[in-house]
Amino acid sequence: MPQRHYEHAACGLLTTDADGRILAVNQTLLTWMGHERTDLVGRRTFSDLLTGGGRIYHETHYAPMVAMQGFARELAFDLVCADESRLPVLVNARTDVHGDEPVVHMAIFDATERRMYERELLAAKENAEYAEAHAQLLARTLQQSLLPNRLPSVPGLEIASRYLPAGTGHEIGGDFYDVFQIGAGDWVVALGDVQGKGVDAAVVTTLVRHSIRAASVEHEPSGALRIVNEVLLHADAKRFCTVVLFRCRVTDGRWRVTVSCAGHPLPVLGTSGGVGAVGRPGTLLGVLPDVMFHDVDLLLDESSVLVAYTDGVSEARRDGEMFGPERIVDLVGRVGDQPLDAVLGQLVDAAAEFGGTPNQDDIAVIAIRPVVVEPTP
Amino acid sequence: MEPNDRNEANVSGNPVGRPIVFAHGFGCDSNMWRFVAPRYEDEFKVVTFDHVGHGRSGSSGFDVARHSSLDGYAMDVVELCQALELTDVIFVGHSVSAMIGALATVREPALFDKLVMVGPSARYIDAGDYRGGFTESDIIEMLDSLDSNYLGWSSAMAPVIVGNPDRPHLGEELTASFCRTDPTIAKHFARVTFMSDNRDDLPEVKVPTLVLQCKNDVIAPVEVGEYVRDRLPNATYELLDATGHCPNLSAPDATVAAIDAFIGVSR
Repeated sequence: MPQRHYEHAACGLLTTDADGRILAVNQTLLTWMGHERTDLVGRRTFSDLLTGGGRIYHETHYAPMVAMQGFARELAFDLVCADESRLPVLVNARTDVHGDEPVVHMAIFDATERRMYERELLAAKENAEYAEAHAQLLARTLQQSLLPNRLPSVPGLEIASRYLPAGTGHEIGGDFYDVFQIGAGDWVVALGDVQGKGVDAAVVTTLVRHSIRAASVEHEPSGALRIVNEVLLHADAKRFCTVVLFRCRVTDGRWRVTVSCAGHPLPVLGTSGGVGAVGRPGTLLGVLPDVMFHDVDLLLDESSVLVAYTDGVSEARRDGEMFGPERIVDLVGRVGDQPLDAVLGQLVDAAAEFGGTPNQDDIAVIAIRPVVVEPTP
Repeated sequence: MEPNDRNEANVSGNPVGRPIVFAHGFGCDSNMWRFVAPRYEDEFKVVTFDHVGHGRSGSSGFDVARHSSLDGYAMDVVELCQALELTDVIFVGHSVSAMIGALATVREPALFDKLVMVGPSARYIDAGDYRGGFTESDIIEMLDSLDSNYLGWSSAMAPVIVGNPDRPHLGEELTASFCRTDPTIAKHFARVTFMSDNRDDLPEVKVPTLVLQCKNDVIAPVEVGEYVRDRLPNATYELLDATGHCPNLSAPDATVAAIDAFIGVSR
């Protein structure tokens, strides 16, 4: 029985000497490969049975493993059969001593179907990697389309912005901002947050951004917000949205900024005289037909910095505590006289550090400050 | 990234001795030198190291651009030697690291005293009259077989390597990780290795070089070793009575004896 068991085992069995020369082989393997015993025993090495590629793997992995640890497990090879066809196998090997000579015993398993399955797995993995890369590219492109490529240069006004996507940045966030011109010395700065993430949110973001642009031409900020609300309700967008608008106009050589908020955290104004939230709260957009917005006028000078932010900043959380508007006010009070880009950099870093990485929500901030304009000759 | 962060080096032996650096080839890691390197510890400052993504060297130092040629790996070797403040280095490279070492000596000749090339190949793929031993389809097939093999290597079997140079055989803790490399880096290294052609670099190698050749080496056949010898300006050649591609494992005594004779060690 043992002899029969060896010859007709359910796997191929092979014994080689330390140099790989075949000392014994069972009938199962001979049948699989279509060889006669006399073709192999004493004449060939295990390496001879492999493909060219397999021989490299044999020398660089199998042989060192067997030499160093006395065994190798689950190594994938293709055996070249007598008729040149390939037999995918998995090989286990362990060292032994026969008489005084070191030998290697090998068990060889037909892995034809497993290999086909592995190929499918690999193809699926490659597809998934491709799809993920594609989705990331799409998300990034779409996200970029929701934000200005770069901020326009506004004479007499320093403007800076920062955007930090949530998490790994693979998903499109709902935060956006925009800066556009209505007329000479007449600009609009908008910042908002559409509920949710992903493509659906991006569609609503685009709608809101363009509605703000269109409505601002003939309306004050509160009137523009009213129109955006109607557009959202009419479009059945099923997503609410918060927005803050600055209408910035040069009047008698100074910047007059009209601020209006729709369900959005109030912006922060820092001046030489103090720091605090400005504007009045208004209704969320896209939920109710009856809404209430207020236009609040501010006169800015070169010491004034006006910062709008999304709740990704104020609601960054640590152990249940929120970053909160107070920390924003405090930071603007401390560093508000620095270049705006540096101010926003510190604000975003502070919020991101507070909330830990990856940040849970998108973060968008935009800030303006009047600068002394040289009179044009 | 600091160069000594890229490669995990193990320095042992005589702190004031001449430095001898052992480099592993494609496939496994610095444990390939376990039967050889400790024999130099009495006299030499012995350095073994892992290439990026291999053994104890992490993957973070891997740079696709830099490591897309053997010259990038040669830069790693130069920077490693400089970081360890080695001079007059005896560099012993196995398999592809023989050529990596040769390129390092071309790049920074003053750093190296001697070069030992164990199982070198100038080019693995046949080209015209040159017999490298493989066809391009062999190499593509091998890269394919890596996919099949690494697929079975779960990332759950992440390297848990505890080096113990006092013990010649691998401990249990090592068996889970020996020859198990970051699959992406391993495949990239395989492609860079087996697609390389360094025939024209050989005449540039000015340091005295020992070519150690095995009989019946399918990766670097005897005629390839002879080709390397013939194109090196300053070569010594020894055909070892050893089979296969890894005399450092299969014939450590003969390997040590040949290196000893070349670098002038008497035991």
